[in-house]
Order: sequence, then C-alpha cells, then structure tokens
Amino acid sequence: MAETHIIGTAVPRKEGRDKVIGRARYVDDMTLPRMIYGATVRSSIPRGKIRKISFGPDVPWDEFVIVAAKDIPGKNYIALILDDQPCLADGAVNHPEEPILLLAHPDRHLLRRAVDAISIEYEPLPALFELEDSEQKKEIIWGTDNIFKSYLIEKGDVDSVWKEAAHIVEGEYFTGAQEQLYIENNGMIASYDAETGVTVWGSLQCPYYVNKALVALFGLPEEKIRVVQMETGGAFGGKEEYPSMIAGHAALLAMKSGKPVKIIYDRSEDMAATTKRHPSRTRHRTAVDAGGKILGGEIEIVMDGGAYATLSSVVLSRGTIHAGGPYYWPNVRVRAKAVATNMPPHGAFRGFGAPQTIFAMERHMDCIAKVVGTSPVEIRKRNFLRPGQTTITEQVIREKIDLSYLLDRALELSNYTEKKKQFECSDRKIKKGMGIAAFLHGAGFTGSGERYLSSVVGVEGVVDGSVRVLVSSAEFGQGTNTVLCQIAAEELRIPYEMVSIAQPDTTAVPNSGPTVASRTAMIVGKLVQSAALGLKQTLLGSGLLHEDFSPADFQEACRKYVAEHGELKSHSRYDAPPGVFWDDTKYRGEAYAAFAWAVYVAEVTVDPATYSVAVNDFVALQEVGRVLHPLLAEGQIAGGVAQAIGFALYERVVWRDGRMLNNQMTNYIMPTSMDLPPIRVFFEEKGNVHGAYGAKGIGELPMDGPAPAIVNAIEDATGLKINVIPLLAEDICQAMRNGKN
Amino acid sequence: MSGDAEREELMDGANAVAEKRLIHLTINGETQSVRAYPMERLLDVLRQELGLTGAKEGCGEGECGSCAVLMDGALVNSCLVPMAQVSGARITTIEGLSGHERLHPLQEAFLACGGAQCGICTPGMILAAVHLLDKQPRPTLEQIQEGLSGNLCRCTGYMQIFESVSKVVRGENAL
Repeated sequence: MAETHIIGTAVPRKEGRDKVIGRARYVDDMTLPRMIYGATVRSSIPRGKIRKISFGPDVPWDEFVIVAAKDIPGKNYIALILDDQPCLADGAVNHPEEPILLLAHPDRHLLRRAVDAISIEYEPLPALFELEDSEQKKEIIWGTDNIFKSYLIEKGDVDSVWKEAAHIVEGEYFTGAQEQLYIENNGMIASYDAETGVTVWGSLQCPYYVNKALVALFGLPEEKIRVVQMETGGAFGGKEEYPSMIAGHAALLAMKSGKPVKIIYDRSEDMAATTKRHPSRTRHRTAVDAGGKILGGEIEIVMDGGAYATLSSVVLSRGTIHAGGPYYWPNVRVRAKAVATNMPPHGAFRGFGAPQTIFAMERHMDCIAKVVGTSPVEIRKRNFLRPGQTTITEQVIREKIDLSYLLDRALELSNYTEKKKQFECSDRKIKKGMGIAAFLHGAGFTGSGERYLSSVVGVEGVVDGSVRVLVSSAEFGQGTNTVLCQIAAEELRIPYEMVSIAQPDTTAVPNSGPTVASRTAMIVGKLVQSAALGLKQTLLGSGLLHEDFSPADFQEACRKYVAEHGELKSHSRYDAPPGVFWDDTKYRGEAYAAFAWAVYVAEVTVDPATYSVAVNDFVALQEVGRVLHPLLAEGQIAGGVAQAIGFALYERVVWRDGRMLNNQMTNYIMPTSMDLPPIRVFFEEKGNVHGAYGAKGIGELPMDGPAPAIVNAIEDATGLKINVIPLLAEDICQAMRNGKN
Repeated sequence: MSGDAEREELMDGANAVAEKRLIHLTINGETQSVRAYPMERLLDVLRQELGLTGAKEGCGEGECGSCAVLMDGALVNSCLVPMAQVSGARITTIEGLSGHERLHPLQEAFLACGGAQCGICTPGMILAAVHLLDKQPRPTLEQIQEGLSGNLCRCTGYMQIFESVSKVVRGENAL
C-alpha cells in the first residue's frame, strides 16, 4: 500500500466541533421570514376509493392553505424508477398513511387540530397484507400479477445435482420489517418563486433524487429546482427516497401559499408513514456431498415491497446477488421476486436486501453442518470462495482473499474454541452459546449501476489558497465530509485543515450520485482523488507551482491562479474500470467492483427464567481494503452491529391491517447503552485497486452478519432451530414450550 | 414570590387559563423573562423563543433524550417539562456548556473519540455525561452505561461514547 500521511489517520471530523457545541444546523433549526407550517392528511384505511372529504366545524378553514392532487402543476408521481407512487392520492388509496391532502397554517397547534378535523369517507376494497396472499394473487392490487420485479440467476446445471447428493438440506427463513429510527425525524422547508422556481432545504441523502422528483412534479427545468442538504441527523437509507415526497409536499404548499413552508414529521408520523426494511422469506434447498461440500442448490427469495414499486427492484437485486454468501456454488438457481401488499412502501435501509438473504444463508450453513455432522467452522471452510473461483453471478474473485484465515482469526479473537468447550461442560441450566457468520458485501451500485450514474465530482481552489471539495454526497454521520477532505488533502500534499467541503446544493455542486450503497469512500473518493490530481496538474502546468512544493507554495500558487483566471476547478467523471462486465438480462457478470469480506462471532446467554437473550461479547472482523480513517471506520462498524443486534433481538414492527401499531419509541425498542455487548472491531487491511487509496465500501457491511451470528449462537445455547427474526423473549418462550410439548 | 410558590400558582392555573404568562428563569447563567403558556413545553420555548436549537426533538415523549437539558442540576427531557415548572429554575443547555473558545472536556473527548457521528443525540448525550460525572466523578463502565441509558444513539453503537466519557474520567481531559 502506498505511503500516506493523512489517509489512515484519525483527523478530526470536519463538522464535529459544530456538533458537540450544538451549533450544527439541522432543518428544524432553520427559520425563514414569513415561514408557515405544513402537515399531511393521510389515509386511515389500507385500500379503497375516496368518496368524500369533509372539513369539520370549529376550524377557520379560510386561514388554511389546502393542497390536493389537482393542484400539482406537473406529474402526480414521485419520480424514481417506475414512477407509480402518487405524490397525493387522487381518488384512491393503496396503503394506510398514504398522503391525500396537505394543509398549511402559521400556527402549528391549530394545524394539528385541523388535520384531525378532516374526515374522509372511503369505499373500502379488499387488501393484502401477507406475502403468501400476494403471491397467490388473492387480489390483484398492483399491475397484472402483484409482482414489482423478479430475477432469475442460473449457474451450471442445478437439476443434475440432486441424484449424486449425499444430503439434501432444506430450510425456510424469515426476516421482519425494521425501522431505520434515525434520531432526527424527516423534515423539509420549501420556498417558491415564479421567477427562480423551487428551493428546498432538508434532511436527506440524495440531493439529485429530490431534484429529479421535483422536476417531474412541477414540470420545471432542472435549473429551476434547488435542493440543499442540511445537517442530517442519521439516515441509514431512510432518507434515500422518501425525502422526495416530503420535498414535493412542502414545495406544493409553498407555491400555493406564496410563503416558505416547513414540514417536520413527529416521531409517530415518521414511523407510521415512511419506509422500513423489506420483510422477506428465503427458502434454500441444497445438495451437499458426504463431507458437506456444496454441489448445488436452489434459492427462492420473496420480499414484501408494500404498495408501490419505489426501490424494491434494486433492493431485491442486491439481496439476490448476496444470497449465496461467500461460498462457491458450482451449480445454483436463484429465483427472486418483490411483491405488492397494501402496506406503506418498504424501502432503502442499510444493507439493502443483503441482510435478509445473508441471514438465510448463514442460518442455513449451520443447518447443513448439523445434517452432515460437522461443525459450523468446518462447513464454512469447505465451501468458502477462493481466488479464481466465481460467485453465483459468475464474477471471478480476483482479490487475494483468504476466508479460512479470516475465520480462524475471528475464532482466535473471540476465544471461540475455548468458550465452546467451556459452555458444553458447564451446567446446561445456564444456556450459553457461540455463533458465527461469514459474509460479503458488494460496494457501489450493482452491475451497470455506476456506469449509468456516471458521477461527477469537483475540486476547487479558493481565492484564499485553500481547497474545496464539490460533491452532492451527503454527510449524515458516517464521515463523508472528513474522508473526502482527507483524500483531497493527501493527493494535493497539503494539510487536512486546508481542505473544506461545500454544503450539498444542487446549484453549486455536481452530481456525484446518491449517498447510498457503501459507494462514497470507494467510488466518490476515487473521483475526488483524480479531480484533486487534475487540480494539482493545472497548477503545475501553469508554472505557478513546481514539484516538491510546500503547502505554503501550494496556497500561494492557488491564490495567484484564482486571481489571474477567475477560478480554479477540476472535475472528474466516473469511468468504468476495464474488465467490469455485467449482463442485465441474464444477471451475470461483475456485480460489484469490490466486495468487503467479514467473519463475525457472537457469544450469547439465554436466560432460562425470562427467555431473554444477552449478547455477552461480539467480535467483528472484516477485510475492507484500506481503512481511510480508523476511528470513523470503527464507529461505522460498531454502529452497524448495534443496529443489527436490534434487527435480530429487539425491533419488531407490529402491524394491523397494514398499519404500524407501535409507531413510538416507547414500544418499538432499539438497543440502549445497557443492551449491548462490548463490540470489538478488527480490520484486516488489503488493498483494492478500484477505491481511493485502496478503500472499499464499509457502511452497510456490519448490518449483514450480526443477526445470523446471534441466532446461530442461540441455537448453540438452546438447541432451538429458530429461523425467524426479530427473535424476542416471547418467541423463545413459545419455541421452548413447543419443544417441550 | 418564591420560585416554588410561583410554580405552584402557574401549575394550578395551567389547565384553566390558556394564556401566556411572564416566566422568569436563568438560562446558561443569564436571567431571562419569557412569555409562554404555562403548559408549553420547555423544549419549544428554548428552540423557538430563545433560539437555543441545540436541544433536539427526537420523540416528544421522553424516550430518546435528545432534548435533554440540565434543570437545577438535574437531567430532564425538555419535551416533558411544562414552562410552569421551570419558573425560577436554572437551565443549562449545550450552548451554555463551553466558553467562547474553549470546549468543555467532554466536548473535546467526544470529538477525539468519535462520540459524535450524525450529531443529533450529541447535545443531550453530552449533558447526560456532564450530569453523570457531576454525581459520580469516577464511574465504572457499568455506571457510564446506566448513566447514559436515557439517551438513545442510533449511529455509534455507544462504544465510542463510552470511550469519550472514560477518557475524561481517566483524566486525559481534566474537568
């Protein structure tokens, strides 16, 4: 790996000081002159026709600005992939909490009363809430068959493997919905001006997604839409697509009222109305030889997309490609589909389909080990992908990854063997167990995605001699600002303090793509590196700067150049690396430019009296290429593991007729500071040719492994074969009772 | 009128009269008088009337702690505190924790150890840590975990927050 001075060091987080003194500005901290407040009137039923809308007494309705579907100047949909989701329901609703009307008023209290005073009469239609009902087409609620998207992957000849198999192992695995639960609720402020167009300021991940949605909604050219990202208080995918909806709502109210409008969701609205992780069911049927080597298998995945297509096709895609885990499948068939139900649309959430299918794969590996009569460690070692072999999409593994080594190292770090022995000998009343999960996570957009995105970044020399990074990539805690500034500083050989980053604003920064898919450090970072190189070359070429320059020389040259030429900017556009080939129709080829690899080990205790599970120790070992910032990287992994422990053990969305019932922090339980084990994070650093300074994606990886590692450990402790998460104490109680009967 | 008596009177009248009253309190060392409804939330008055937006609303029901402030030295969720109760009280918000240039040692430690990621829980979390160390200057890890258990963080998994507090306890950032 190249020698670096800033990369690999724990420089201070760029916006950190503002955050610790409470001065960082989030959207709800911002007020505009004449600003009024907006609210959303939503459907109370899952599916039906709207018959009548009544405005109740005792509300001064003439003071209110009211917006309905007919007020939309452009297209009434949220432009994304299939454009099937209305911005405001027009005559019919397809899920609870679907937006129908918008209200605005200067007084927030009166606004809330007004929302409650509106009553809507419906003609209800039969609705679907279960995957099976949608698959069986008990009603057709979307398109002609309720299917948003399906994929088929075929590798080798799976039909030939069953005869020679020593064992055929089958399993069925379920994962539930999960709320992102960023602590800052969704929010947006919009203003409208007939001359300049629409401006929105908000809590969001993807400024140009919002831009695209507003272009369609208002029928305005792109340059008349300005989207500004405010400091964003957590996102995790939850602010990938839904902010386009809220921005549209605020902007429609702003246009009609002629005043700036602020919409801030409260927690209950945010949890009930916005997206969650796709619930899933995955079935495995696997042929193995007597030693447990995989001969081939069939994997069938179904995900619940909710009422509209939104991002389901791409979530399913990532889930499908990750379904085989880090194992070699000579023959495999994967059938996957995302189906419609009358629930609020499920959407992006850290991991994006992979946590669901990896949960299935890693539970299934333990199941195969049991059938074959070998250990969870051995079964994995016999099947790990090796360099030169191909993944289920026939992508050749070119990295020198040694997964058996990674596994051994994780076992050592977690004292696995010793503890296993200890737990087996100990009094079995205290139920303790160890569980492992091995997995991979592809960095960047899937398949041809990065080619289509064709991201651009800029690096600018400023008149004071400092440098600014220009990207639409958003900071929401994960460290975008810091890492991109590190990369620019390293490339320019100037101090980190001399580099700043522009606030994402679509009128001021180029489209570096959405801040998703663990792509920022690797893909955007690489572009920042090459734009910085371009800027350096411009200065060298101008004669103002000479090789072996000092930071002061750079500053001086930069200042002079800007004074002479007016501006100093260098841009860089994504260019697909050679040899990256992807076939969208056959779902075959290089799915990702790079994979991160990991082995996680969980140690649990199951309390035989209360059935509650405590995770006592957690080791997270990963190979993520070069670690650009050790502190931020460790924080990302620990945070992801914590969120995934919630996914496994605490966070259950309770549904009734398609509506979330526990849409409060009081009864939707995420891990507190008392609920977590020591999360011990370790990195194996190997270079990666595609990323900035050898980095790979890291943000989503830690969401994939903890749930199967923990449930495997619970099986180790109790013998319970539970293949459904979330797995709460009451479920374990039930399973134990069923076991006894 | 004493603070207690004034509070009692305001609370008595809180449900009957929905009109704004003049309420005196000390915020970040400065005496202030604000006109507010007796049942108005302290959080709203801080954010909207006084421009102190460091306290954040995460849940509005006292679960997440992102609106936490210190009231007469106690850690309270300002979304649950009606203005009537605040009369005569001393309130410290994140804005009042550090001087103009110098950060509080806990703020320094949160910066150095990765205790702040998205930053939305950070003001409440730091105030909870201030409160903890005020009561228990040398807490064990378990006491740190318990002391911060009313403040939810979705980004960090808490590990680097514990480390931030521990760093101050170890004296690497002297209080």
